[in-house]
Amino acid sequence: MKKINSLQYYGLVRELTLTDFKLKYKASFFGYLWSLAKPLMLFGVLLVVFSKFLKLGGSIPDYPVYLLLGIVLWTFFIEATFSSLTSIVSKGDLIRKVYFPRIILTISASVTASITLLLNIVVVLIFMFFSKISLTVTAPLILALMIEFFILTAGVSLILASLFVRFRDIAHIWEVAAQVLFYATPILYPLSLVPESLGQIIMLNPLAQIIQDSRYVLITNETGTVFNTLSFPLNVVPYALPFVIFAAGYWIFQKEASKFAEEI
Amino acid sequence: MAREGDIAIRVDNLSKRFRIPHEKHATLKAAALHLFDQKSYTEFQALDDVSFEVRKGEFFGIIGRNGCGKSTLLKIIAGIYVPTGGRVKIDGRISPFLELGVGFNPELTARENIFLGGSILGLTRRAIEEKFDRIVEFSELADFIDMKFKNFSSGMQVRLAFALAIYAHAEILLMDEVLAVGDSNFQSKCLEEFNNYREEGKTVILVTHDISVVQRYCDRAMLLRDGKIVKMGDPEEIGNEYILQNMSDEEKRIAEAKKDGAGDGIDRKRDVAITNVEFLDEKGQERSVFGTGEDIIARIHYFSRQTIEKPVFGVAIHTQDNIHISGPNTRTSNFDIPEIQGEGYVDFIIRKAPFFTGTFNLTVALFDWNLVIPYSFQEQKYVFRIKSAEANQYGVVKLDTGWKR
Repeated sequence: MKKINSLQYYGLVRELTLTDFKLKYKASFFGYLWSLAKPLMLFGVLLVVFSKFLKLGGSIPDYPVYLLLGIVLWTFFIEATFSSLTSIVSKGDLIRKVYFPRIILTISASVTASITLLLNIVVVLIFMFFSKISLTVTAPLILALMIEFFILTAGVSLILASLFVRFRDIAHIWEVAAQVLFYATPILYPLSLVPESLGQIIMLNPLAQIIQDSRYVLITNETGTVFNTLSFPLNVVPYALPFVIFAAGYWIFQKEASKFAEEI
Repeated sequence: MAREGDIAIRVDNLSKRFRIPHEKHATLKAAALHLFDQKSYTEFQALDDVSFEVRKGEFFGIIGRNGCGKSTLLKIIAGIYVPTGGRVKIDGRISPFLELGVGFNPELTARENIFLGGSILGLTRRAIEEKFDRIVEFSELADFIDMKFKNFSSGMQVRLAFALAIYAHAEILLMDEVLAVGDSNFQSKCLEEFNNYREEGKTVILVTHDISVVQRYCDRAMLLRDGKIVKMGDPEEIGNEYILQNMSDEEKRIAEAKKDGAGDGIDRKRDVAITNVEFLDEKGQERSVFGTGEDIIARIHYFSRQTIEKPVFGVAIHTQDNIHISGPNTRTSNFDIPEIQGEGYVDFIIRKAPFFTGTFNLTVALFDWNLVIPYSFQEQKYVFRIKSAEANQYGVVKLDTGWKR
């Protein structure tokens, strides 16, 4: 009865993504530029505060671009998880009237955020060009990192979206948790400023791993990564976690999905 | 029993129970606080052991009153709900939607909506591109194709939705009250299109309140009540059964009221009321179904504690589509009643009932002479049916007409 024709549902993901993306910027004059303006604004403020006043980035070459990349990646994570959070509940009408795999709604919310991420990464590359940072042989690894990042984000999104159907508190909890995560991830500060034992805990977080690895492969070798903070068994953790989270998210979501139509 | 390959949908012992919690814990705090409480909920049996088959190429109607489980059944067939027990077996590509225009976004243009709506219905982009011109042509909206959907009139919106739905080309089409939208012209266009579907060997399942649609278009029908199948078979019979059921419910309600009201069914708190309307034939026999050309007597029983001088009784006859056919009252008919007091009745006579087959609703009212004080007003509460023996019936009423040249 529920024969899944993957080609057909790929089309649905694309249409929903395109619609979201189009609608987001439809009535605004500057359109996509707004989603660029937000991270750039934050970047500008943080750059002034942290590199000019507090002089945090001292030891890191090209700290501004380094900071920008971190913010762009973080923005993606936040945008994707928050829009996924409401992805099921806000489409209640559709869910009550049509059958299609519900996971498409949540996945397409993450895909929409990925489009913005892609455009923002282009901006980072432009900044890199102006900062005269040349790409090294490790640069293509960014693709693998982005796939890992997407899997992590989708996993978290699936958990949030399915829990939100039952518990509307999740929105507030996630808002608080996201703030904690922001400061628990070395986005603003270099890892070198953190005491070593704390640094090890920080690097267990796959978000920290992805952001630091991305900076490593694109911008500078002089940044703390999982490999120079953690030793063998522990350094597998941040790489494995996204897949564990995705599997858990997928499982929770599919378990709950059959009841969405009744619970919304 | 039909051969296995001829069955489009087979439903076996299907049941669906909803749990309606008394307090829904919508927040984590509430859920945590009540974690160890006995969960209290009301169980609602929406479907109870329903089994039936629909053959390929059949136009199958499901009727029943609100809350009888017909929409739940359709949602389970579509895969939107998961049944509590039983199985649904489907052979063929099923339309996953129950209403027209689901998923359309008002901010997008008609063109964009065709692609969005089409992909929600399970079409690939290529399939939509192939059908795009025909969809636009059918909807007659070629000039507006790049206009935003929200700026369409509701008629245009429905046209686009329907055009897309028929070109989605599912083998089994599920429709829930789809004909509630659009004008009657458009409704018949939809139904004609469903007829074409049947000729192509496609199956249509239609859920509706409208008996006349079921009787005119369906090959077979099913009457649901309280989650159970009451009857299945010939649409004519099912339609009549449904009317009978509604009427006996009404009688039961009146009987209940009588019991509660110490014997005579009159609301003692009110001083004036129309207590009942009976339909009688010429011989004074109580009936609910009449033939074209027969006399129909609607006996309007009233009760009045005080004396009302010069009361006016009024009636209105409506079709099921809410078309007002006629609405005389005793004042306009120059039938003056000096006064009423206590119990009594007034007969309203429809001579040689000029109606074709269908169901008609009777509104009864009791007013003062100036038609200002409504003592009693019962809107479309009483139902009678006409079953005409005439072969060619076009329209609702049979007028006294002739031809000349």
